[in-house]
Amino acid sequence: MKVYLDNAATTPLAKEVLEAMLPYMQDYYGNPSSIHAHGRQTRAAIELARKKIAQLLNTSPSEIFFTSGGTEADNFAICSSIDTFGLRRAITSPLEHHAVLHTLEYLQKTGKIQLDYVEIDAQGNLNYEHLEELLKNNSPALVSLMHANNEIGNLYDIERIGELVKAHQGIYHCDTVQTVGYYTHDLQNLKTDFIVGAGHKFHGPKGVGFMYMNAQSKIHPLIHGGAQERNMRGGTENLYGIIGLAKALELAYENMAATRTHLEGLKKYMIEKLQTNFENIRFNGMSGDMDKSIYRVLNVSFPPSEDSDMVLFNLDINGVSASGGSACSSGSDVGSHVLRALKPEMNRAAVRFSFSKYNTQAEIDYVIEKLLELYPKPVLQS
Amino acid sequence: MKQNTPIIYLDYNSTTPIDNRVLETMILYLNPNFANASSSHKFGLESNQAVFEARKKIANLISAEDNEIVFTSGATESINLAVKGIALANLDKGKHIITLQTEHKAGLDVCNFLATIGFEIEFLPVESDGILDISRLKKAIREDTILISIMYANNEIGVIQPIEQIAKIAKENNILFFSDATQAFAKIPINVKELGIDALAFSGHKFYAPKGIGGLFIKKGVKCQALLHGGGHERGLRSGTLNVPAIVALGKACEIAQAEMSQTQTYVEELRNFLEQELLKINGTRVNGSQIHRLFNTTNIQFENIDGDALIKALDYICVSKGSACTSVSVEPSHVLKAIGLSDDEAYQSIRFSLGKYNKKAELEETIEKIKLIITDFRNMLF
Repeated sequence: MKVYLDNAATTPLAKEVLEAMLPYMQDYYGNPSSIHAHGRQTRAAIELARKKIAQLLNTSPSEIFFTSGGTEADNFAICSSIDTFGLRRAITSPLEHHAVLHTLEYLQKTGKIQLDYVEIDAQGNLNYEHLEELLKNNSPALVSLMHANNEIGNLYDIERIGELVKAHQGIYHCDTVQTVGYYTHDLQNLKTDFIVGAGHKFHGPKGVGFMYMNAQSKIHPLIHGGAQERNMRGGTENLYGIIGLAKALELAYENMAATRTHLEGLKKYMIEKLQTNFENIRFNGMSGDMDKSIYRVLNVSFPPSEDSDMVLFNLDINGVSASGGSACSSGSDVGSHVLRALKPEMNRAAVRFSFSKYNTQAEIDYVIEKLLELYPKPVLQS
Repeated sequence: MKQNTPIIYLDYNSTTPIDNRVLETMILYLNPNFANASSSHKFGLESNQAVFEARKKIANLISAEDNEIVFTSGATESINLAVKGIALANLDKGKHIITLQTEHKAGLDVCNFLATIGFEIEFLPVESDGILDISRLKKAIREDTILISIMYANNEIGVIQPIEQIAKIAKENNILFFSDATQAFAKIPINVKELGIDALAFSGHKFYAPKGIGGLFIKKGVKCQALLHGGGHERGLRSGTLNVPAIVALGKACEIAQAEMSQTQTYVEELRNFLEQELLKINGTRVNGSQIHRLFNTTNIQFENIDGDALIKALDYICVSKGSACTSVSVEPSHVLKAIGLSDDEAYQSIRFSLGKYNKKAELEETIEKIKLIITDFRNMLF
């Protein structure tokens, strides 16, 4: 049996999305910037996609910019807002994705900004009072705090963060890569200046994403050249990617309630099964709390064991794809910076299971069965 | 390729359809092989392996090492990465950069941006045939020159620059040499090792691979700063989840290009020559730029007293272009044509025809007939 439970890393492309993309891979290939018939056709398709995305996020199409993915969108928002608004400070948390952290660290290293980190507790909760203190004490800052953590699933109060940032004349960039398509974002009413999305996190294609930019916070481009994206992002548009992105978001919104019910069911079921079958099982961050974490991520802390390193490996041998943390740092062998920041106990294996609408309860049963083979009872009860 | 529209497409320098063989390979990696190439599970390792093989094919095509290829979202990003990245990483040596007036908008925009943050840019002119006079380059070099950025082949008039000589001069003067090879890559043989190029940008959708994928060759040891920071993909030079299906497609397109390069050249060149010769029979037409050092698929023709926009409009289902698609919304005359000495009017009267492997002789015959009719009509209206 093959079970894919690494949907926070990437999701399978939905059939409907592929079907929407194919005509633009086969028949309508004109460069959207060309003025001839072939180009005008594809230009219209891109603008329709932009309109669709804007409608779903309750904003104007003029505030949506297509990028090559979440990382570019994060870099774009962060680097260009620091540059455009002449900000000398940024505030973030040690739990952000590397696309945010490494970008801010780079800006700090080159002397462009002073960087402050909001305090977090052992469950990855933000200290909002500390955020307010940081905002109060200094000149206006760029605040980059994510909507939901990709590894431990913690959901953050972006309304509250937005209020705080705006009360202190800051700029708010919110990495929403893990929540776009799973939660609604009402951009007319959220106090975010920038949010970002990546197609492949919600059954769209890889290589495409978007940045929402509040019209009040207009920034300079990061990638220069060409007049594409209203002079904000040079480069021939990833036509089929953009078509796929819009289709995937449309599907996600259409089925959001049903997907949520299904995934919450799977997550609850897995939590119960783990708790009844294993003693001393824990969940990293807030991921065991259905209300305070994203419904598609469960980060399990297995009982202490000599072989804790082998859990993921053994699951993989048995056809179960899960992750120790973010795929973006995989292979670099430094472990997860998120879990490290939470200072967990040693010898407890951390495995992130992340679900999609294609997963079933039978698959969860299979994973539990395999885990029981890996963790025989005697070891557990010792 | 499925064609259910009667369109005659003569705008391959702007973009190309995806080769069916490329699409077939790509689709497998859209689904079912959708895994993240950075994931450490078996499923992820399969994606990683596919990326590895694609990288090899691309490196092979230009005689580079596998680890000298960095995947990007396209040539524009590659140009941004190379020019900004090299400039910022070599600040200690100087702030002077040499480029051409006839570069693609992407190259020009990046240089103009660098000028706003303290770099000094020398925009060299070209001769009336569109080609750089090497002696101008030699004269422009200074103690503090850190980078020469000159495109391989021009997108509007197709002329090929003396890359080997430029690379040699760069090397002699210890200056890094970057070339935007978007139009030349996979069309004509390029050997980065023999030429001694330090960095080279390319884009998939110009050679029958998808849009949204491209790459940068960057020679081992060349200092370059990342443009996109994050998960540390591509040896820290370009973060972001790898676009596996598009990368696989890029690899396949390179493999096909390598296998079929000379036959494609022979076929397309003959069609281009036929089109050009026939159009030159019309009164008041001439070719812009060198006809000797030129890509085999491009011809840029000036039609005396004929407005280019009106001609494009009248051509209707025949897709051609005024110049670069990237600037086609602009009302300014082509900066390339101006740089080779054309007046504004002459530039407005010029049309780029760029052909590809799916063109048929009948399409060109139809195009020639149609253009002759339109021009007769226009001229009758005028006189």
